[in-house]
Amino acid sequence: MDFELTEEQKLLQKTIRDFAGDKVALDARERDEKSIFPSDIIRELAGLGIMGAIIPSEYGGSGLDYISYAIIIEEIARIDASVAIIISSHNSLCTNHIYTFGTEEQRKRYVIPLAKGDKLGCWANTEPGAGSDAGGIETTATLKNGEWILKGTKLFATQGSVADVIVIMAVTDPSKGSKGISAFIAEKGTPGLRIGKKEDKLGFRSSDTSELILDDVRIPEENLLGRPDAGFADVLKILEGGRIGIGSMAVGIARGAFEEATRYAKKRIQFGTRIAEFQAIQWMLSDMATAIDAARLLVYHAAFLKDHGERCSKEASMAKLFASEAAMNATTKTIQIFGGHGYIKDYPVERYFRDAKLCEIGEGTSEIQRLIIAREILGRE
Amino acid sequence: MDFLFTEEHKALREMVRDFARNEIAPLALKMDEDGDYPKELIGRMAQLGLMGITMPVEYGGAGMDPLSQVIAMEEISRASASISVVMAVNNGLVCEPIYHYGTEEQKRRYLVRLAKGEMLGCYGLTEPGSGSDALALSTSVKKVSDGYIINGSKTFISNGFHSDIAIIFATFDKALGYKGITAFLVEKGRKGFLVGKKEKKMGLLGSDTAELIFDNCHIPAEDLLGREGEGYKIALTTLDGGRIGIAAQSIGIAQACLDESIKYSKQRVAFGQVISNFQAIQWMIADMATEIEAARWLTYRAACMRGKGQEYAKEASMAKLYASEMVNRAAYKAVQIHGGYGYIKDYPVERYYRDARVTTLYEGTSEIQRLVIARELLKD
Repeated sequence: MDFELTEEQKLLQKTIRDFAGDKVALDARERDEKSIFPSDIIRELAGLGIMGAIIPSEYGGSGLDYISYAIIIEEIARIDASVAIIISSHNSLCTNHIYTFGTEEQRKRYVIPLAKGDKLGCWANTEPGAGSDAGGIETTATLKNGEWILKGTKLFATQGSVADVIVIMAVTDPSKGSKGISAFIAEKGTPGLRIGKKEDKLGFRSSDTSELILDDVRIPEENLLGRPDAGFADVLKILEGGRIGIGSMAVGIARGAFEEATRYAKKRIQFGTRIAEFQAIQWMLSDMATAIDAARLLVYHAAFLKDHGERCSKEASMAKLFASEAAMNATTKTIQIFGGHGYIKDYPVERYFRDAKLCEIGEGTSEIQRLIIAREILGRE
Repeated sequence: MDFLFTEEHKALREMVRDFARNEIAPLALKMDEDGDYPKELIGRMAQLGLMGITMPVEYGGAGMDPLSQVIAMEEISRASASISVVMAVNNGLVCEPIYHYGTEEQKRRYLVRLAKGEMLGCYGLTEPGSGSDALALSTSVKKVSDGYIINGSKTFISNGFHSDIAIIFATFDKALGYKGITAFLVEKGRKGFLVGKKEKKMGLLGSDTAELIFDNCHIPAEDLLGREGEGYKIALTTLDGGRIGIAAQSIGIAQACLDESIKYSKQRVAFGQVISNFQAIQWMIADMATEIEAARWLTYRAACMRGKGQEYAKEASMAKLYASEMVNRAAYKAVQIHGGYGYIKDYPVERYYRDARVTTLYEGTSEIQRLVIARELLKD
């Protein structure tokens, strides 16, 4: 047992920390206020190999392990979670789904440009009537004359309006429930694939979240991703990695908030002394730091298992659950430490607070994580 | 980053788990009711190396690393927190400081016997008027031609009644502050060393907690531990390590709470089905399990850092703070899941609930842990 990062991981951490401090921090507030998608930053991240972080080098990626991936997401989210979620959903959902379950042909055609960051990925499962009940989707896919015809609506798709490649889950056998779901690869500009409402959100305002309307979208037969009707099992597997991403993102947001809180507490004077001298403030900082460390260890543990090819469903859910609740607590306390200033946009902490909330919802709500953990422990009845 | 146990750690865990299950768990209820434990148990634990886990083999110990101590504490606590505190004190608060600060002569004379279970130790820092504020202790020591004279009393001393030797902290002059505090090794039977009131407690009923009274107790010069004025440093560094032990104890009790909750919820039928089918119960179990994992990694990390000789005070405090507060939530939930039965002594969760409570109090309250953590965080 050992809890130290390797020299390579430490170097990576420093590189990303510097990049985030120099490039991502710049204009983060404006991007948030005006909901500007950070295209330039994504291009630069692609140059650093980050858009294919966990994809092997023969497919255009950086071939990094999941702990390194967690480090990257945390360092970026510490400054701007919107940028982090783009990296996370592009890497662990879209690209990794095609890489893990795609054919060699699909890997060459889609994974390589995605991993290089030449193309941007999106992963669309959620629908107006299927959120936590991810297997309850109603979008259909029917094979006709060598083409799949997709019909339905996808909601809250991260990168929905800006992505070039979209992995879409649809029902191929309505008689089999979640065992009749398949995954497909669609490209931007395919006739019938329309971008619907671009969502106006509480947080993550610089990341794109859009509705996708599938109006008889015709997809070549070979763009079926994975085995027919076996898509939902693949979805669950992909979400394991996604949860490591969201867990790291939550740790990053919590740490960003905690560092702001510490800095502020050390300079803010009230009652003639720095507020950091008060136990009321110290207690909040100690609890935040403890929860952040615990959350990071849970995330690294899940990542470690994934790197070793072990099942990590329970561990990834524990990490995601714990880290997202830690982020919500940490950002709540941070605003409390800032007092009125925390409520004003001159400081980034109100953005951290708004961003933290998504971590408890996206890629499986806290309730779904508890369900998964309980099932793993108690067994299915 | 490596989250795996070595083969040695796994073997130790299996061995201690079997021992705890077969030889401690069957006695746990009786010990709780009798307010005492069978002395033979200490001998058995010593045979297994559990009374001096991290002490070198040449001093009678098992020569293992701090992580091994955590593993052993977890497993023993899962069966009986009363027994694990006896073990924790002897290991972490008595063997450790003698090993680090004692003379070769003291190690030969005391440490070997403590690690082999031939002697049992206790640690006397707390006083009626000084708990968290350890610096305020008022037990006094006076230098005389052939040694020292100690006067005062120590309170809430775990193992105080059964122990054969005590590490006692006393001050030459309160006005000197921490510079006056000095540690001594005091054997039972010395004239003027009396065991006072045996405390009646809420939990940990199988272990003994007693008052120690020093009435002009004469101590030979060779029983000074460390140097004069070094006592405060000895007390603090010893407690850093001790905190990892209490974190491990908390995890063990919490694991027992989870084990019992799973077992009970899968067999208890209400509203026509087993209660483990209800989300109300599932949520409690999922939260308990997640928080136990979080506590484990904080604790294993602190133990590994200690094993590598790194600074670990903040990490030990984080582990102790989180694990001890966590076990109180876990015990609360375990009783809640058991409903009325959880309030009855036929089920062990009633005992876990009482045993859990002390973990946020001893070896530094949660408040002291937060103070230690905040100091580290706010360092310039």
